[in-house]
Amino acid sequence: MPKKDRMSGNEAVAYAIKQVNPDVMPAFPITPSTEIPQLVSTYIANGQMDTEFIPVESEHSSMSATIGAEAAGARSLTATSSCGLALMWEELLLAASNRMPCVLALVNRTLSGPININCDHSDSMGARDTGWIQIYAEDNQEAYDNFIQAYPIAEDKNVHLPVMICQDGFITSHAVQNIELLDDDTVKDFVGTYEPEEYLLNPGKPVSVGPYSISNYAMEAKKNQEIAMENSKEVILRVADAFERVSGRRYGLFEEYRTEDADHIMLIMGSAAGTAKQACDDLRDKGMKVGVLKLRVFRPFPAAEIAKALSGCKSVAIMDRCECYNGNGGPLSMEVCSALYKNKVLIKAVSYMYGLAGRDFTVENVYEIFNELDASVKNDTEPEQYRYIGLRSQGVPG
Amino acid sequence: MSQGLEIRWHGRGGQGAKTAALLLADVAFKTGANVQGFPEYGPERMGAPITAYNRISRDRIRVHSNIYTPDLVVVVDETLLHSVDVTAGLKEDGAIIVNTPRTATEIAGLLNGYKGRVYTVDARRISVDTLGKNFPNSPMLAAAVAVSRVMDKESFIREMRTSYEHKFSKKPEVIEGNMKALTMTFEELEPYLKQA
Repeated sequence: MPKKDRMSGNEAVAYAIKQVNPDVMPAFPITPSTEIPQLVSTYIANGQMDTEFIPVESEHSSMSATIGAEAAGARSLTATSSCGLALMWEELLLAASNRMPCVLALVNRTLSGPININCDHSDSMGARDTGWIQIYAEDNQEAYDNFIQAYPIAEDKNVHLPVMICQDGFITSHAVQNIELLDDDTVKDFVGTYEPEEYLLNPGKPVSVGPYSISNYAMEAKKNQEIAMENSKEVILRVADAFERVSGRRYGLFEEYRTEDADHIMLIMGSAAGTAKQACDDLRDKGMKVGVLKLRVFRPFPAAEIAKALSGCKSVAIMDRCECYNGNGGPLSMEVCSALYKNKVLIKAVSYMYGLAGRDFTVENVYEIFNELDASVKNDTEPEQYRYIGLRSQGVPG
Repeated sequence: MSQGLEIRWHGRGGQGAKTAALLLADVAFKTGANVQGFPEYGPERMGAPITAYNRISRDRIRVHSNIYTPDLVVVVDETLLHSVDVTAGLKEDGAIIVNTPRTATEIAGLLNGYKGRVYTVDARRISVDTLGKNFPNSPMLAAAVAVSRVMDKESFIREMRTSYEHKFSKKPEVIEGNMKALTMTFEELEPYLKQA
């Protein structure tokens, strides 16, 4: 029987880890990491799970050890946040290119500077091209549900890629909210037993992991990795269907909220999507036809699917919670615009930057953006591209 | 959807305002409500002003921003009245509770002309009398429940005993003192709540 409870996002993911009970968890358990490794190590100390916990001296080592354990044939994971992810950079690429189906529980927090600990997506967005599948959550429930779906996606033989389960730092990770938990047996059955096809500790079938690859073959390895990323889209949807059967909760590559007849759509990821949905309901009550497209899966990027979902509206606000200093908008906006152009969906697309380094994002911010889109469509004007929302000079909340 | 009840806590790092907000979320959850309890993190150091928030609603809570127009404000440290605009956005039909030995009338004059209900609780005295130390968050939590009426006194006291037994499983000697702090706060506030 599912159990109603209340938990922070950190507690929710730690609980999911306990239920999945993977084989090995190397982690650097202090700042900038979160409570997740601490909570998991408490479960282990109390005998509630038997994962091998390895406290390492840095995130560079935690990801290295995760890869090593996974290569040996153990279901492995680690957890980190912010500059901890940055210190893993080199190994993130190795995990993906060596096709290690390990999992990383990420709490999204900003990268320095200025020195700041709060939420934005600069850590995972910086790692967007490392070959990891990336799945984002609106709240603690989704973070929990996404974690449970992570291994069945990663370990699928047509995928064999690492999965990053992302939740918003503090806003989700440290906020206590209601949650519905599956029972242990349901989770165990859903995730199944890990049976790696090839692994280092198998004397019957020797393999080498991570060898030098000469130019005659390395490009094929990269192409295979790219095919795996394409394959993962279908697997993510299949796992979501199976998850709906055990939980009653439906997931896809993205969620379309009141978009069916919408003139204007806000495309957004993470906790701010909840705020956007509330604002969307408020504006609908006033007669504005608006909707929200909440992107759940950023890698693989569902370009054609997003273009199709936006094809019926007049304008879209693309919301980035990460500055990538290209002088041309955030990463989400760049990829969405490219998807729209390639699929010949030539609607008004406006890039907005919000919530950097923990700047609050409110329903009033959403009203403002939808009103701006509406005016630009009605008056046939071009709104300012790449505008920062909630800057002090434009009036900071609070 | 109505936002239900929105509460903003003002305290100083180390006084337990964040813990009080999380405990309030915890007990409100047990009444079947949808809850949110979250701190706003600034510089993490003892004594720095901190803010924490609660949303309590019948409906699912989707908004993840801070709270700018609270129904209730709880001030765990009265020295904040000089440095923080604690009544900012506070609804006129809402209320504020301040931890102070002074009367509500005396405090009302320090609240930038706030016209709503003002309550005071001498949480330091209650805490020292019941626990022997100044831990103002238990009395302030009881005051928040008494004033907001998110749940009745009996269920609150019952649920808090369970919460404390869990939270203080390694130091059970502080449970009775905390329970006494809760009931004492309710008793001291009751005459004022009846007037409202």
